[in-house]
Amino acid sequence: MKKFTTLALAASLMASTAFAEPVKIGFVTTLTTGAAVIGKEMQQAANLAMDHLGGMAGDTKLEIIYADDGFAPETGKQATDKLVKQDDVDFITGFIWSHVLLASRKSALDGGKFLISANAGPSQIAGKLCDKNFFSTSWQNDQTPMAMGEVLNQVGVKSLYIMAPNYAAGKNMVAGVERTFSGEIKGKDLTKWGADAQLDFSAELAKAKASGADGLFVFYPGAAGGAFIKQYHQAGLKDVLPLYTVFTVDGLSIPKLQAADFQSVLGSRSTGAWDPSLDNAANQKFVSDFKAKYGAYPSNYAAQSYDAINLIASAVEKVGGDMSNMDAVRAALKEADYASVRGDYTYGENHFPVQDFYLREVVADADGTWTTKVVQTVYNDHVDSYAADCKMK
Amino acid sequence: MDLSLLFIQTLNGLQLGLLLFLVASGLTLVFGILDFVNLAHASLYMLGAFICASLTFVLGNFLWAVVVSLPITGVIGLLVERFVARPLYSRDHLDHVLGTFGLILVLDTLAHLIWGPAGIAVPLPPWLDGQIQLSETLVIPTFRVLIIAAGLAAAGGLFWLVNYTRLGMLIRAGASNRTMVSALGVDIQTLFALVFALGAMLAGLAGMLIAPITEASIGMGNNIIITAFVVIIVGGIGSMKGAFIAALLIGLIDTLGRSFLDDLFKLFMSSEAAETSAPAVSAMLIYIIMALVLAFRPSGLFPPRTR
Repeated sequence: MKKFTTLALAASLMASTAFAEPVKIGFVTTLTTGAAVIGKEMQQAANLAMDHLGGMAGDTKLEIIYADDGFAPETGKQATDKLVKQDDVDFITGFIWSHVLLASRKSALDGGKFLISANAGPSQIAGKLCDKNFFSTSWQNDQTPMAMGEVLNQVGVKSLYIMAPNYAAGKNMVAGVERTFSGEIKGKDLTKWGADAQLDFSAELAKAKASGADGLFVFYPGAAGGAFIKQYHQAGLKDVLPLYTVFTVDGLSIPKLQAADFQSVLGSRSTGAWDPSLDNAANQKFVSDFKAKYGAYPSNYAAQSYDAINLIASAVEKVGGDMSNMDAVRAALKEADYASVRGDYTYGENHFPVQDFYLREVVADADGTWTTKVVQTVYNDHVDSYAADCKMK
Repeated sequence: MDLSLLFIQTLNGLQLGLLLFLVASGLTLVFGILDFVNLAHASLYMLGAFICASLTFVLGNFLWAVVVSLPITGVIGLLVERFVARPLYSRDHLDHVLGTFGLILVLDTLAHLIWGPAGIAVPLPPWLDGQIQLSETLVIPTFRVLIIAAGLAAAGGLFWLVNYTRLGMLIRAGASNRTMVSALGVDIQTLFALVFALGAMLAGLAGMLIAPITEASIGMGNNIIITAFVVIIVGGIGSMKGAFIAALLIGLIDTLGRSFLDDLFKLFMSSEAAETSAPAVSAMLIYIIMALVLAFRPSGLFPPRTR
């Protein structure tokens, strides 16, 4: 009898310690430099997700540890190493930048952690470097510009000039639009990127105009986006060289452009997998609570970070907080059984979402605040182009 | 190659060069006369941009904001001189670098606390926001013309100040032989403070002029300060004329490199190789120039006469 009680006591102790142990989430993003504007918003969205969850995944406490990548691959890798070795987190998420994610992936995956990208979707990780413990709550980089390429074909653009930053994602974005756009590429510029990125595009804009192209396609995320839009309009290109963007005119740049009363940005079109106007319960709650708490529309970075925390919470809840069985956690993640703000989606072979892509337009909402709304659906359940190269081990 | 494109790109290069000159002239003044390495020059550039951006919203007009911001950045320069630079004058250059690098971190964080991480887009009055039509195909944004004009005016003003005023005479004397100047009874401390404030105002002006183009953002000065150091090294440390010529040279080389290098590379390599290598090489171009200058003229193109 005594033996039995001891055992029972021990079992219950072990059980309670197992459940009392919080599940730790490392969140790597950019909290310094000009790009901190993105990192801060991702942090806000993750905190909002924690509020909505009450900080719990079922009976398990969740804890987020934020780390700064300083907009540089080497710093991002160090931050990841610290989260893996020192904080011993269970999941590592965040990652705005593809080059930071590529530099950090080995540290996270070799350390036996789950890696959930909340933004970056480099082609390598979708294809040859795919891993069973990697998941994305965003998209593969090529997909959004591919959708834009389709739109360009539909509206009859015959020739295109392309500008993007010179790093992993910039190259993917260019590859994406080139894959689907059927007209002629008149020229392209890849500009310097990183903490000392080039922000004055006078030379490139002059080249683009001289090329005589029908349209200009650009990808300039974060602070560079607002700067680019201003210069594009200052150069008087609006009527000469129509602009088509991805991740440039977004929830982050629009409020600043409105503050500077930049009327001409209204009507500007871009593609994306999420939009604040998407009509589902999870999204409406997310957008209205985000606006109430932080006073602005969320951008896609916020939406994807909110989803990342909810995806993790859904998996932790499913396995009852038991992180020792990685196979069970992985299976739970793969189900994507949570209320995503983009609506339901499934995971493809390479653990990137198979999801819809939309064309969006900048409009003023009922209160006069500028935001985007969906114009049409470009792709249904789109699978990225690298999934076939992924031989999941 | 299209001639009108070449002309536009030359103007763009000139504009970049003049902005660089505004930053580099302050740097070379402080380095040449005070013998003080001021990395925090970058932060003064950033503060100029942020203060002017905020004041644009308060005063409702960009030009008034510039007029009011200039003395404010000058005062900030005086404060930095008094509390950070002055205690470090007698130390060696490494201590200057450490001290002013620390100041960059402090001021960046301060800007983050005051203005947030988002950066500020600066609205321009409509008459500055348009374009000037030079001919059928030649169109240049009005504001870039203003930058060129302001840069040339500042350069002219500095030339006059240094060569034809009593203050300029003292500055030139201080650059050649500091000890002798103070031995002749000139209040060297006030002179230094004035020079420092002047440098701060020039850097601040450059920040104010760039803000409507790239926005005011945290750490924005750290990009340009490195190029500004390249400029003063190429031009000859302490030389105003050297800084002016080197700034225009670097501005033109950088802009023309970005514009035409890929077409040039396509002549002798595959277009794919040209597309990937051209941005890398054009980013390196100014450092290659600096290395060449250092190899053949170690003290720069226009070294000031004996110190």
